[in-house]
Amino acid sequence: MAELLQYIATGITIGSVYALVALGFTLIYNCSGIVNFAQGEFVMIGGMVTVALTAYGLPLEAAAVGAVGVSIVVGIAIYILAVAPAGRASPVTVIIITIGVSIFLRGAAQVLFGKQFHGVKPFLSEQPVMILGAAVQSQAFLVIGGTAAASLLFWILLERTLIGKALMATAANRLAAQLVGINLRRVMLIAFGGSAAIGAIAGILVTPITLTSYDVGTMLALKGFAAAMLGGMGSPLGAMAGGLLLGLAEALSAGYLSSAYKDAIAFLATFAVLLLAPNGLLGRRSVNRV
Amino acid sequence: MPHRLSDRHLSVLALAGVVIALGWILPNAYFLRIATLVWIFALATLGLTVLIGQAGQVSLGQAGFLGVGAYAAAILPTRYGLPPLATPFVGAFVSGALAFLVGRPILRLKGHYLAIATLGLGFLISLVLTNEVGWTGGPDGMQVPRPVVFGVSLSQPSTWYWISAASLLIGAWLVLNLDGTTTGRAFRALRDSEVGASVMGIDVSRMKLRAFVLAAVYASVAGSLLGLSNGFVTPDQSSFLQSVELVTMSVLGGAHSVVGAILGSAMLVLLPQVLTVMQDYETLVLGAIVVVVMIFLPSGLVPALVDLTKRLTR
Repeated sequence: MAELLQYIATGITIGSVYALVALGFTLIYNCSGIVNFAQGEFVMIGGMVTVALTAYGLPLEAAAVGAVGVSIVVGIAIYILAVAPAGRASPVTVIIITIGVSIFLRGAAQVLFGKQFHGVKPFLSEQPVMILGAAVQSQAFLVIGGTAAASLLFWILLERTLIGKALMATAANRLAAQLVGINLRRVMLIAFGGSAAIGAIAGILVTPITLTSYDVGTMLALKGFAAAMLGGMGSPLGAMAGGLLLGLAEALSAGYLSSAYKDAIAFLATFAVLLLAPNGLLGRRSVNRV
Repeated sequence: MPHRLSDRHLSVLALAGVVIALGWILPNAYFLRIATLVWIFALATLGLTVLIGQAGQVSLGQAGFLGVGAYAAAILPTRYGLPPLATPFVGAFVSGALAFLVGRPILRLKGHYLAIATLGLGFLISLVLTNEVGWTGGPDGMQVPRPVVFGVSLSQPSTWYWISAASLLIGAWLVLNLDGTTTGRAFRALRDSEVGASVMGIDVSRMKLRAFVLAAVYASVAGSLLGLSNGFVTPDQSSFLQSVELVTMSVLGGAHSVVGAILGSAMLVLLPQVLTVMQDYETLVLGAIVVVVMIFLPSGLVPALVDLTKRLTR
């Protein structure tokens, strides 16, 4: 029982990070139809900049705000410098551009921070909390709480503000959105900036648990992408569900089956779901116009 | 159409000319090794020329098949005593069969869903190659025995230069020939409109599967050649990044074009060699170059060059 609880706690924690990455994917995908493979790099930037700023003696809160700021600037720069100039290039071309961006960011991080692992101390205490015999790190609660807060904010932004309405309108029909006077460029900037902020928050929260290095982004992008697909591309709720499911599947299979193959089981689960529901668990059924 | 036929043969002849000239000119083993890598990766990329360029299906897991081919060259001779030169064929058969089995369900998916499914497939292959230490030597990789022909061990860089060049020429000739066949036309119809193609009576899922299996076989043969010529294989050759590199090679040169596949491979093989002088900045510059090329030449280098010459000669 304690064992199972332990795995579930781990699964939800890591699943929260996947969920945030998947949410970032969803935000950009909905507004632009672009799958941004540099999404994982925002998590890396969030963690790395926090580490660097605290090393300069800044308090944790200031460092975290700084990290989110840097990430937003990078996100907006990606749109202005790499995605917007490509114009109406084919999806494969845009995917390769974002992969190029992620290689670039990884290279930049390697130059700036070196190749070693970096970590920060847990924000609250280093003592784990015991729940029914399972030892849960205090930081895990922050990750889960932070994810919940970030997704709530995201939901309020989408559903309750004018900006959110503009984002949703663009997602539903780009041309129609432009016709009613929505500034497409501004929507894209908000989507890329917001997506970068979500990724950075995930990176800041999880770094005390998992550490960070210049190359953590690739794997996170893959897992986040898989999570978004699992839930159904384009659905924020699906992204959250997909992320948590993927995290749980991974933690449980690492615990009970084989830790070497935990990544395999995550992908096998994605396979199985896609074969049964080709648009993901909560995805809209796609209708093709001929 | 007789003029198209001669076009095809001319392309292959021109390519053969370049290959032979390079074989003579290149001064030492180092350059021959690099050129060999270009031919091998071009061969793998040619599979994607058919899959992405002609049939319009994307695969982000192509390196998985590269890995299957490479490990076939390593495992079969050491564990089963198969002659090394037979391994590319066995590897190709295994890869083709795997692609056939997995392809049917996967290829029902479209666009980004197909991308994640193929990505997952490549990832799984890579995981198995990394973790089955007893079979594959794990993350450290394993030695590939050198083929011995008439008592001579094939380990000279020049030998592998000619073997890989010949394989590339044969591969390129087959892809060029495909263009004029019913299958080739069906591929293109599929790319332009899947619904349109099925209305025309094309068995869409069968055609997709055919392109997928063909691409897998190309990648696998290239993988075997890579293993045999290096004398060594590692699981890195099946990694996600390797898959990305293969797709980038294809799109960078021009996804529809055979010459583009070769040019794209040449760029991505040569760049890191040139960039080693920049040491720490290598990854950064590589990323920047990929982004810049794709922004300004979204359909790839070769189509851009063709456009340019058309504009100049008009």
